[in-house]
Amino acid sequence: MIFDPTLITERLGDISNGLLVTLETWFAGVAMGAAIGLLIAVLQVFGGAWLRALLRLYIELIRATPFLVQLFLLYYGGPSFGLELEATTAGILGLGIYGSVYFAEIFRTGFESIPKGQLEAADCLGITRLQCIWRIQLPQMLVLILPALVNLVTILCKETAVLSIITIPELTMVMTGIGSETFAFVETLLVLCVAYLVLIELSSRLGLFLERRVGRFLQRQST
Amino acid sequence: MTVTKTHRPALALRGVGKRFGSNQVLHNIDLEVQSSEVVCLIGPSGSGKSTLLRSMAFLEEYDDGEVFIEGQLLGWEPGLPRKRTSRAHLNKVRSTIGMVFQQFNLWPHMSVLGNVTEALIRVRRIASGEARQRGLAMLEKVGLAHKADAYPAQLSGGQQQRVAIARALAMEPHIMLFDEPTSALDPELVGEVLHVMKQLAADGMTMVVVTHEMGFAAQVADTVVFLDQGQIVARGSPQKLFHMTQHPRLQQFLQNYLDRNAFWQDMKEEATA
Ligand SMILES: Nc1ncnc2c1ncn2[C@@H]1O[C@H](COP(=O)(O)OP(=O)(O)OP(=O)(O)O)[C@@H](O)[C@H]1O
Ligand SMILES: [Mg+2]
Repeated sequence: MIFDPTLITERLGDISNGLLVTLETWFAGVAMGAAIGLLIAVLQVFGGAWLRALLRLYIELIRATPFLVQLFLLYYGGPSFGLELEATTAGILGLGIYGSVYFAEIFRTGFESIPKGQLEAADCLGITRLQCIWRIQLPQMLVLILPALVNLVTILCKETAVLSIITIPELTMVMTGIGSETFAFVETLLVLCVAYLVLIELSSRLGLFLERRVGRFLQRQST
Repeated sequence: MTVTKTHRPALALRGVGKRFGSNQVLHNIDLEVQSSEVVCLIGPSGSGKSTLLRSMAFLEEYDDGEVFIEGQLLGWEPGLPRKRTSRAHLNKVRSTIGMVFQQFNLWPHMSVLGNVTEALIRVRRIASGEARQRGLAMLEKVGLAHKADAYPAQLSGGQQQRVAIARALAMEPHIMLFDEPTSALDPELVGEVLHVMKQLAADGMTMVVVTHEMGFAAQVADTVVFLDQGQIVARGSPQKLFHMTQHPRLQQFLQNYLDRNAFWQDMKEEATA
């Protein structure tokens, strides 16, 4: 096998478009997953028993089914529930929902890690629950959950590859397309692997940088 | 002309009861605390002291009876069946209460001054410059203005507890509740916290203090209340209460305390000998 670079250079336009779609769905999916996850965790901490049971059910359902099946259901099954989504929208929504339950679990452990006494002290001073979350719980728990968050973000990066099966022209779709047109399957897949590697390496680096920043903050507290 | 003085206690408990599941932890507690009065709650471990004190701030939702703070019913709407008041109303009623915990419960990610000014800024909506001034004044009061920019973890336990007191005082409470404020401290740090509390009492603060410090109770309390198995068994001035021989449980409790102190005293003498 001799690697022919024109394979890539000739299709650079398509490839960079694919990369953009991957980035777009990844970022949007992460943002959405984190937002829903945070909301779920907050409601789990402060909601009533019924709401908590309902959210638990949602988490178990999403966790117990493959992402692929969820996507199929959303995109191909959606119309029969009156939910007609454009492929990219469905992909982002799917990724967000899939990620949300893992974000929720991470945030929930984070909330539980803050000693109850700190919240009682706030409560006695008239500080609202929302202020408590924002000013007291989140800043402290981010320190603890950052590694888990970074890990999840990298997993979601790789999961964007699954979106190709609902016709989203992201990187995997583009590269496998080039592969089958030119029969250079191995080369294109290798390039694909390298691309994901770079993306994930970059996000891990960013995570480490943040952890170090946060670590410095912690050090300042305890010296 | 005769003036009929309307007598309204700062804090009044009428028939307060509390259960955890089927475990009745407080029975029919009646207690009045007058303005500027210092009440010390003593009793064996598990007798319900914390639960009683926490009920006074509605950190525990008492099941029976009523708690009045400056005449206002705390936590529940009047009448039965019980229905919680709105959060806004609860916060209004207990806005004159300051609470100090055994474990300090400072917010470790905020500076000392940040801890003290947080509620001033977020709850009272005081501009940060003015909140800073007031915060520093409160820290001054507990002798820690020079630690304003430190973080809680950088302070000793005694200093942390004094910050916690300053944090509560910043909201200008009329009544201060203390739950074993010195129990988590090394012996040599107990004095500085008690000193601040004595100062407060001398300034006329209304205080309810759960404590194992009998010396403090004897010296500062107007009333000592002895709680046993969720009931008030004896109450009175310290002079009176510490000599009530008709209550065997109280006598046993005090004897235990004396024995333990004598033990430590012996240890100390042995160490210095
Ligand atoms: N959240 C809770 N759930 C169930 N039981 C509780 C709870 N809090 C307290 N109790 C029980 O209520 C009783 C009184 O507890 P409380 O903490 O008020 O005692 P205390 O007098 O403060 O004891 P100590 O001196 O050890 O602090 C104990 O039997 C305790 O086990
Ligand atoms: Mg207690």
